[in-house]
Amino acid sequence: MRTILAAFLSMLLLGALPAPAAAQDATGAAPDRSATGGAQTLEDILARQRGEKVDNDFRRNATSDGQIPGAPAPQLAPLGGLSDSEIWRDLRFNEADVSASARGPAAGVLVQDGGMRWLQLRDGPLRVYGGYLLLGMIAVIALFYLIRGRIRIDGEKTGRTILRFNSVERFAHWTLAGSFILLGITGLVSLFGRVALIPLFGKEAFSTLALASKWVHNNVAWAFMLGLVLVIVLWVIENIPNRHDLKWLAVGGGLFSKGVHPPAKKFNAGQKLIFWAVVILGVSISASGLSLLFPFELPMFAATFETLNALGIPQAIGLGELNTALAPHEEMQLAQLWHAIIAFIFMAIIIAHIYLGSLGMEGAYDAMGSGEVEVQWAKEHHRLWYDEVTAGSEDAPQAGRTPAE
Amino acid sequence: MKAMLTAFAVIAIIAVAAPLVLERAGFSAQERSASTATRLD
Repeated sequence: MRTILAAFLSMLLLGALPAPAAAQDATGAAPDRSATGGAQTLEDILARQRGEKVDNDFRRNATSDGQIPGAPAPQLAPLGGLSDSEIWRDLRFNEADVSASARGPAAGVLVQDGGMRWLQLRDGPLRVYGGYLLLGMIAVIALFYLIRGRIRIDGEKTGRTILRFNSVERFAHWTLAGSFILLGITGLVSLFGRVALIPLFGKEAFSTLALASKWVHNNVAWAFMLGLVLVIVLWVIENIPNRHDLKWLAVGGGLFSKGVHPPAKKFNAGQKLIFWAVVILGVSISASGLSLLFPFELPMFAATFETLNALGIPQAIGLGELNTALAPHEEMQLAQLWHAIIAFIFMAIIIAHIYLGSLGMEGAYDAMGSGEVEVQWAKEHHRLWYDEVTAGSEDAPQAGRTPAE
Repeated sequence: MKAMLTAFAVIAIIAVAAPLVLERAGFSAQERSASTATRLD
């Protein structure tokens, strides 16, 4: 009788076990995991340690349904119908029904799959390539300065000035610029502090600096957004491209050769490129920044990925369909990476803008300093604009004022 | 120069006011992440 019972039980168990193996066979290329009863094999672990991509579906799909396969329900074991492995896989793949006393979408996620990938990207390529981009831009500018020197006013100075930017425009510019500098510095402190500043002045001092830095970054962000809106409203019309821009670009704006001054209206093509870069990067960095300021409340990557997948863009460039089932943390991690990548590009562009607006060009700073520029400078760099504002009058409307400092 | 200094002052004012406004509007991190059963402060 016992022998018959044992044979029956063996058949029951054997009958239950082949099910996952059969499912794997159906996928074709799935490795043989019969030796481990469908669990991961030594080869899986070694492949992962070698950094190879291991298809995790065999684990992801082996989560609990609350039942031991083939056994009559309900289960009366201490864990119900669950095994430890199933519980951990449920947590690992974010399918567990977790109740937490804390609120928010992230509270129920106990194991977050993409966290390590994000950390390695942030601590590795993001710092390295971002740092090289900024240093590279500074090197290019230094080289440009060595070769070209300061771009001087070619003609004879008149001693008269003309109003280029009124006080509202200058206020908008400096609100955007001042907040940008603060955000840039504090952002760099957050990203590079651990590797660059802790070795310099220790963990305790850096902790104070990091906290202050975070406070400034979070709260100055609003002034940046205000400045961005003001600048867009004030200058968007004058930054719409026109036919003069092509001529300006064709001669490199005269930046690389003395005595070349292509005609330009209020903004030349170079300034328009800066303006549109500021608009696009500024809006993008604000959107990802808001997503970071209100954690888990403004996720935007799953929706963006869905749109991109529908348009077929990632598939066309060989990335395949992007994952749209993102854990709440993953949304934040992607927002952080995007925020930082945009910030690096933004900073590189603005470093060039700061150089040309100050050291790089004689008379340029006055436009944003006092608002008044030397008439000769205006004629050389913004001839069409100068003609426009002085049309109908012998002298420039604002001429005769003391030259700006 | 005056416009620049005004802008910098506005940046400082906004930075100081922002957390106060957000906290009053119920956006503090602790308020957003605590459950209704939690007594704050």
